[in-house]
Formats: sequence, structure tokens, C-alpha cells
Amino acid sequence: MTPHIPEPSAPLLAIRGLSKAFLGVQALDGVDFTLRHGEIHALLGENGAGKSTLIKTLTGVYRRDAGTVALEGREIAPRGVEEAQRLHIGTVYQEVNLLPNLSVAENLFLGRQPMRFGLVDRGAMRRRARAVLSGFGLSVEVTAPLGRFSVATQQIVAIARAVDMSAKVLILDEPTASLDAQEVAVLFGVLRALKGRGIGIVFVTHFLDQVYAVCDRITVLRNGRLVGERRTDELPRLDLVAMMLGRELEAAAHRIAADPAAHDDADTDARPPLVRFRGFGRARSVEPFDLDIHPGEVVGLAGLLGSGRTETVRLVFGMDRADQGKATVDGRPVRLRGPREAIRLGFGFCPEDRKKEGIVGELSVRENIILALQARQGWLKPIPRRRQEEIADRFIRLLDIRTPDAERPIQLLSGGNQQKALLARWLATEPRLLILDEPTRGIDVGAHAEIIRLIERLCADGMALLVVSSELEEIVAYSRRVVVLRDRRHIAELRGGEVTVDRIVSAIASEPASSGSEGALA
Amino acid sequence: MIHRFLPLVVTIAVLVVGFLLCAMQFPNFASLRVVGNLLTDNAFLGITAIGMTFVILSGGIDLSVGAVIGFTTVLLAVLIEQGGWDPPAAFAAALLAAALFGAAMGAIIHVFRMPPFIVTLAGMFVARGMAFVLTTDSLPINHPLYGDLNDVAWRFDGGGKLSLPAMILLSVLALAVVLAHWTRFGANLYALGGNRQSAELMGVPVARTTVAVYTLSGLLAGLAGIVFSLYTGAGYSLAATGVELDTITAVVIGGTQLTGGYGYVLGTFAGVLIQGLIQTYITFDGTLSSWWTKIAIGALLFVFILLQKGLLAAWTGRGGEPAEA
Repeated sequence: MTPHIPEPSAPLLAIRGLSKAFLGVQALDGVDFTLRHGEIHALLGENGAGKSTLIKTLTGVYRRDAGTVALEGREIAPRGVEEAQRLHIGTVYQEVNLLPNLSVAENLFLGRQPMRFGLVDRGAMRRRARAVLSGFGLSVEVTAPLGRFSVATQQIVAIARAVDMSAKVLILDEPTASLDAQEVAVLFGVLRALKGRGIGIVFVTHFLDQVYAVCDRITVLRNGRLVGERRTDELPRLDLVAMMLGRELEAAAHRIAADPAAHDDADTDARPPLVRFRGFGRARSVEPFDLDIHPGEVVGLAGLLGSGRTETVRLVFGMDRADQGKATVDGRPVRLRGPREAIRLGFGFCPEDRKKEGIVGELSVRENIILALQARQGWLKPIPRRRQEEIADRFIRLLDIRTPDAERPIQLLSGGNQQKALLARWLATEPRLLILDEPTRGIDVGAHAEIIRLIERLCADGMALLVVSSELEEIVAYSRRVVVLRDRRHIAELRGGEVTVDRIVSAIASEPASSGSEGALA
Repeated sequence: MIHRFLPLVVTIAVLVVGFLLCAMQFPNFASLRVVGNLLTDNAFLGITAIGMTFVILSGGIDLSVGAVIGFTTVLLAVLIEQGGWDPPAAFAAALLAAALFGAAMGAIIHVFRMPPFIVTLAGMFVARGMAFVLTTDSLPINHPLYGDLNDVAWRFDGGGKLSLPAMILLSVLALAVVLAHWTRFGANLYALGGNRQSAELMGVPVARTTVAVYTLSGLLAGLAGIVFSLYTGAGYSLAATGVELDTITAVVIGGTQLTGGYGYVLGTFAGVLIQGLIQTYITFDGTLSSWWTKIAIGALLFVFILLQKGLLAAWTGRGGEPAEA
């Protein structure tokens, strides 16, 4: 770790052997990353790949366990975002970390306002704000509060602040997540201009199309390790997706669906669907899609992180309101105005983040199980205690929830058992359509298999299931049809024999222009 | 641009219209004497409310100010009458005590991440309790300087005058406007009230700003206590009970949002004068119970909060107009 002598040929930023562990979990394991002057470098990876740990370690939010970071050949170790900024590393987050109540000019110059006679020189601040922003092609009223402008404009102001504070390295953490296509185009124009000024940009995103549109190089992480660095023009999409998902496509190609019978039945399609969505979508969330779900079938939603899977199920369950399209249940048009409406229609939803959106940790297993049923009945008609106990005991037996008794606070149970209790909550309402978002995340292998068996049994009982999962083998194992998403669009629908891991991966990697012909769009 | 200042404009319009209505009903109303008295009678409230504006802008609240005023009057009376202190020395001691008290509350709020509501509520009991420990009686202050200070005034033709408390109020107001809009401290306060986490990420010294704003509020409450003791010529441990609520009311009527980040010192000044105007009207009328003041102010407060909510919804709901060159 001897400090290097700065040399002009040194890369802008060189990270070597960076490691970071949290409570024994290796979040980053000897990762290398190189950023050159005047390049836009995509940092990609699925959940848990270590992207955000890398960025936070780089900007001093976390302390690294091992490794070196050199900026233009000089070793640095910032201890916080502020110090990183002083070392010319600026960061802009997905949620704009500026102040909507202050004016645009004040946001640009907070903490470094031009002063005259010991007072803030407001006139100079306005003039300089206009000058800085015009360099970004933005001409806005700089005295207006920032909150009045679109997210894209706020993003550009945040970038302008970081660059104006003499950033040489600009880190953009999912800057486009809440932008529409036109706003993304404006932002990319700004990024290309910055690149021309020699600034190095680290671009974290889930949108592959955007990576190919604007990035020069790609570094892929997986499970805290470096998978590789490639030039964008030398890396076909299919290889990129394979790098991100970490699977050998040759091997996957020989794999066929686990249970062909589960995928093959034209007769199901002949029956009327339980729910039918036509042109259903929401701006900035997911593009309009068509989707039919029949009783007794499992429909899988596959795609990379951020591809619009969770957004789709949130629309289906009414957690977000669709701003276009039609939904029908049993052929009757319905308006999904909220989860209460969806529950009334017989929908159930097990969310992805069960700690935040699912279980109520302090309440007992029994109370957690009867929650949705009670909510549907209305709180004015309490379910008698004995009936509650019957229901709880039945599901504890049926789903084999491992708990000493029904009165134990649910937070004391293991992840898999919490997940089963959540399932029980919705099963108790006898739903006709059950939505599962990542039902097997964070639970052990044994419980994993049980939950998959359970899904199959529920389906055999005539319940319709819509399942989101990142585990492609798992989706292939139980889905009769798989909808593939990318960049917030439903790009393909695979059915029957088409439901293979390989087909899903190639659909995700398909070129945007050819997405229409990929698979069988319903 | 216009709707940024709309809450302020509405408050000032209410003040002007209210004054005109009073003047139409009572011919003597529109005189420099009434205006001068309005400023004098509400000087202590105004000074306190300006401090409260800064605290609320930063996203906090200070419930201790009324008790600090009461404590200050008692401390002054005890020091001057029983301790034989010169009033200027007693004033300095009182300001120092009040400022330190505020600083302590600010430090507790920041270091222990405690809600300002709880900390300053405790501060309210402590300050009021300390006043009672000093004395439970009303102590008159008979020092000759008090009489002299009460005679200091800028007199106008026709019997109107700008008294010393009124002058202090106007000076504090002018300084406060500069502090809010022409210093980094002022910008940091608005930033803190807008979003604490973002402000921290943008390099706002959160600890220093938090302690400073409660110190400022304590200092101004101490100054208000001095003004109050000049005005009443006594120290009384029950003085200025409930003034914290009057000041919060003035701040809200003045268009500052209780959640912080939005508002103007000048609006608070108008809010104080509106309260004073209602009081003066009831005095002029002579037949109305003084409780009508409370009812009128309550109704006004309600209307203003609804107005603010409506304005804010219209303002943020319309979204931005990105204008790319």
C-alpha cells in the first residue's frame, strides 16, 4: 500500500481488492473497479451484488475492510460524503437529496453562498446559478423553489451542484428510476456533455437499454465479487444477462421444464379467465400490458431487478392505481381503486419485503393470520376468539408452521415460518387470486421446497396464482405461463414447452427492436 | 413568484382590512397613538414570536418561551430589588441565563435525538419552577432607571409615540429579516426545516444550527422578559403564562408552516399585530368580554391553517414546468 506518485497515465479512479463484510456476510470480496477520464461506466448486478456497498465504501459512508482506492494515482480514504465531495467525488442518488423548499439557486449554493460584507450576496448567487445551469442546458427561474420542478430538472440541479463543487468523479445511483423517456434523453445529453469535459461517471441502473444507449464500459458484480469488466460495444446483451444472472447458458439450454404437464393444457385457455387486464398500466411505473389469469393456473413474472415485476403486481392489487386500461373479473369490469377493493374481489397479496409490508412483529402468530380476514369483515364485527384459534391452528397444521403455539409473537419465528404465516393470512380469506412477490426470498432450502409444493397444491385446488420470483428455475418449475419483463415493459409471454430458463434469459436479453416478435405476446 | 409570498400577502391584507374596519367603526382608531400603543403592548409577544419563527422554520418548536419570560421578570426583580444590582448588569445576567437555557435544550434535542416538543415542555416546567423557587410573590421593581427607560420614546405630533419596547421590537425585526435571508445561518435553518437528512448530506452543520436556533429563541425570550418587566414594572412568577401558545399562533397566522421550511419573519410580525388589533378592538368596544379575543383568534387560526393547506396543495400539486433551453 505505498502511495503512488501521480502520473498522467493513471486512471481517474482505481479500486483494487476492495472488501467489506457486515456481521460476517461478505458484501464485497476483493473487487476491482477502474474508471477512466471521460467515460460513462455502468455498474451492474442483481440484488445483493454489492453495487451500493461499493458506492458507499467509495464515498466513505462505510469503512472498507481491505483494498485501495486511488484517485488519479493518489490514494484516498474519505470518511464521509462531504469529504468525498472535497476529494472531487460527487454522488447523486435516486431520490434527489436536495431541498424542495429552497430555491434552485439556494440548493446549488447551500453552504458556499457568495458573500459580500459578511452577508449572502443574493444577486451574485442568482447570476452564478443561472450561469451554472445554462452550462447544463437548463434555463429555469432560479429563485423558484426546487420542489416546483420535475424530478428530471431536480436531478440535473443535483448533478450541477455536484459538478460545480469540482467533481471529477460523478456517481449516479439509479438516477433514471423515476424519469420518463423524454427526461431520460435530456439527462443523457447532460451526461454526454460532462463526459466531454473529462469527468468520469459511474452509472448504476437496472435499465439495460439505457446502459447500451449511453455507457462506454460495463462492470458486473455478483454476490460481492467482480464478474468482469467489458467494453459495451463488445458485450452482446445475452452475455451481459448471463454475467448478471451467473449461469452458463449452454447448460441451461439442455434443461427442460421440470414438469411438462404443468405447462401444457390448451383447455385451460379455452375457459374464461378469472381476471383479464387490457392495456393496463401506469405512467412512470409500468407500461400498459395485457394479462389473463385463469383459475387453477400459476403465472410467473420474470425479469431482472427493477424490470417492473413488483410494479405490475402492485397495479394488479390496486396498491398503485392504473392510469390507463381495463380490468375485468369474471368478465365484469372492475375498478381497482385500492387494496380493500382488491381484497373484496377475492385477491390476496404477499409482499416481497415481509418485514416492512407484511408481518406485524409484536403480534402473535394467531393475530397475524386472522388480520386480513378481520379486515375484510370490518373491525366492527370481531371474529370470536374461539373461531380465531380454530383458523390459526388449522393453518399452522396445514402449512406446518413451526411454532410452539399460536400465541407466540411472530417476530420470534424463522423467516420461512413467517412467510408461511403470511401465506396463511391470505389463505384464510380464501382468495381466488393470490399474488406472491418473491415468496422464497431469504428462507432456507427446506422451507423453500415446502413453499413450492404449497404453491402447486393451491393451484390444484383451483386458486389462481401470480408469482414474482428472481429464481428462474423455481419459476420454470411451477408456472404454466411466464411473462417476461424488461425496462418496465412486458416483452414476452412464454407458455407450455417454451417455459425454460434459457428462453426466459434470451427474452430478457433480446434487443428492444425485436421484443415484439420474441415469444408469444398475448 | 407571487404564490410564494401569498400566505404573507394574505396575512398583511387581513391586517390592513382589519385595521380599516376598526377605523371605520371608531373614528379615533386611525391614529399614531393607537399604532404606537399596538407596538408597545405587543412588543414582548412580537420579540418572542420572532424567536419562535426561527425555531419553527428549522422544524422544531419551543414551548418554554412563556416560562422563560416569567423567570426573567422574577430574576430581574430579585437581582435589582433584593440583590441591589444595577439594572444593566441584571439585564445582561438575565439574557445570558435565558440564552444558556435555550442552548442546553438545543444540545439535548440534538445529542439525544429527542423530540423538541418534549424537551422544551420539560424546559417550560423547569423555567417556571425556577421562577417559583426565587419567589412566589409579585415583586415590584422601583429602581429609578425603570422610570427613565419607560420615558424613553420618540414622540410624534398628535400624542403618538414610539416607546422603547416598540423600538426594540422593530430593531429585532430588522435584524431577524437580515438573519433569515442574508446569512448562511438563515439558509441552514430553512434547509434543516425542509429535510434534516438532505441538509446533512449537503453539508449543513446540523448540530451547530440546532443549538444556535434554541439559543436564539431563549435569548429573545429573555429580551422579551426584560421588555415585559419594563412594561409591568414588576417580577411575577406567573407572568406570561400561555404566551408560548400565543406566539405559535402568531407564527402560524403569519404563514409559517408548523412542519418547518416555509415562512417569513415579517409574516409573524403581521400575525402578532393581528392578535393585538383584535384585542384593541375589544377594548375600544368596551361591551365585549375579553374572551372574544380568544374566540376570534381561534377562528382566524383555523382559517389560516386551512388556507395554507389549500395553497400548498395547489402549489405542489401543479407540478413543475421544466424549461429546457
